[in-house]
Amino acid sequence: MENARSQTPVLTAHEAGLIGCTSCGKVHRTGTDRCARCGATLHAPDGKSLQKVWAWLVAGLVVYVPANVYPMLRTTTLGQTTDNTIVGGALDLARHGDYGVALVVFIASIVIPIGKFAAIAYLALAVSRKVRMGPHARHITFVIVEFIGRWSMIDVFVVAILASLVTLDFAATIRPGIAAISFALSVAFTMISALSFDPRLIWDTKYR
Amino acid sequence: MSAVSHPESQFEDLEGLLACPSCDMLLNDRNVAANEIAACPRCHTVIEAPRPLAMTRIIMLSFAALILLFAALFFPFLELQAAGMMRHTTLLDTIAAFSGGLTAPLTLLMGALIVFLPLVRFVSLVYVLAPMAFGWAPLKHAIPVFRLVEALRPWAMIEIFMVGVAVALVKVAGLAHITIGPAFWAFVALVIVTVFKDNFMSRVTVWKTLEARRPS
Ligand SMILES: [Zn+2]
Ligand SMILES: [Zn+2]
Repeated sequence: MENARSQTPVLTAHEAGLIGCTSCGKVHRTGTDRCARCGATLHAPDGKSLQKVWAWLVAGLVVYVPANVYPMLRTTTLGQTTDNTIVGGALDLARHGDYGVALVVFIASIVIPIGKFAAIAYLALAVSRKVRMGPHARHITFVIVEFIGRWSMIDVFVVAILASLVTLDFAATIRPGIAAISFALSVAFTMISALSFDPRLIWDTKYR
Repeated sequence: MSAVSHPESQFEDLEGLLACPSCDMLLNDRNVAANEIAACPRCHTVIEAPRPLAMTRIIMLSFAALILLFAALFFPFLELQAAGMMRHTTLLDTIAAFSGGLTAPLTLLMGALIVFLPLVRFVSLVYVLAPMAFGWAPLKHAIPVFRLVEALRPWAMIEIFMVGVAVALVKVAGLAHITIGPAFWAFVALVIVTVFKDNFMSRVTVWKTLEARRPS
């Protein structure tokens, strides 16, 4: 067993022929469908959840493409309209000297989404033993992906706030572009993908 | 929590057992005292961390959050001044920013993420936990309602919106003069209250309490 490192011998509910509830921890006999304590659906830690993970991940990737191709912001200044894509917006900020904000935008809308796609895909491959990754590394990756996923939505919020602040009364108007929709969907789909991941698979080492 | 030491036992009584919700390790369940932290020995996930009067505190914080949410919605949020022009914006304006054209569906999404889902969570939490704090039996449907509270947790994005406001302010800082309205501070307080509230919660403890108090 992989866990020889830590002193405690590990026996999982699944190995003991039982089934544990992933939401409240109550232990049931195999064959029980619903948790008696919290009503959650019980399922064995098998690879079935991975299909859902892959499906939502692909959906998230597909809608991430238009999010980068189409404009996120449409700024009109004195009759002149400029379209800004996500990358373009970050570059503009850097050009104005706002390096800090440019970096935040760049990390939030480029580095984090792409890193998240890669991390979820790698985790899914690792638990189905296509690539090697120890359980501790998998655990840390999962915790990071789960924590950080929601924060990508910040870009959509920034666009909304800018659009509501800078309107027709001013020399400049900011309108949200179509990319805002596909970006929001991409973040949501990737969140669902990560939420579908059964964390118990991360620690499952018995086929090694 | 401690590992189950006799794997050969037949597990006739499942009541004394607990499976780690995140790694499935079989543990001996026990009553965790207030201020103690019970974590899984394998994956170190905190399983229970009861605080004294946690339920009462969560209810109070939820009420505070409700009041702050209404304040944040209806008072001026930000004020922008440029070239002799003035513009107030409320939180509702921000949500409605996507209402024109092809981005209209985003209005619904924004409303859900920063107002509706947090609101549902606050109300549901009070519904589930208030009887617990008084030592009463859970109200009808408390179990599915608390499941809803947990399912909505990643989708209530108040704190993310707040950081978005900060980024947007820096972006327009050069363009115009910005004044921060009372709703802005209400929102900041709301974020702080929400973070505190979620830190008082320990899911497994709530589930165990609900089960123990269930009228049989
Ligand atoms: Zn359960
Ligand atoms: Zn664990």
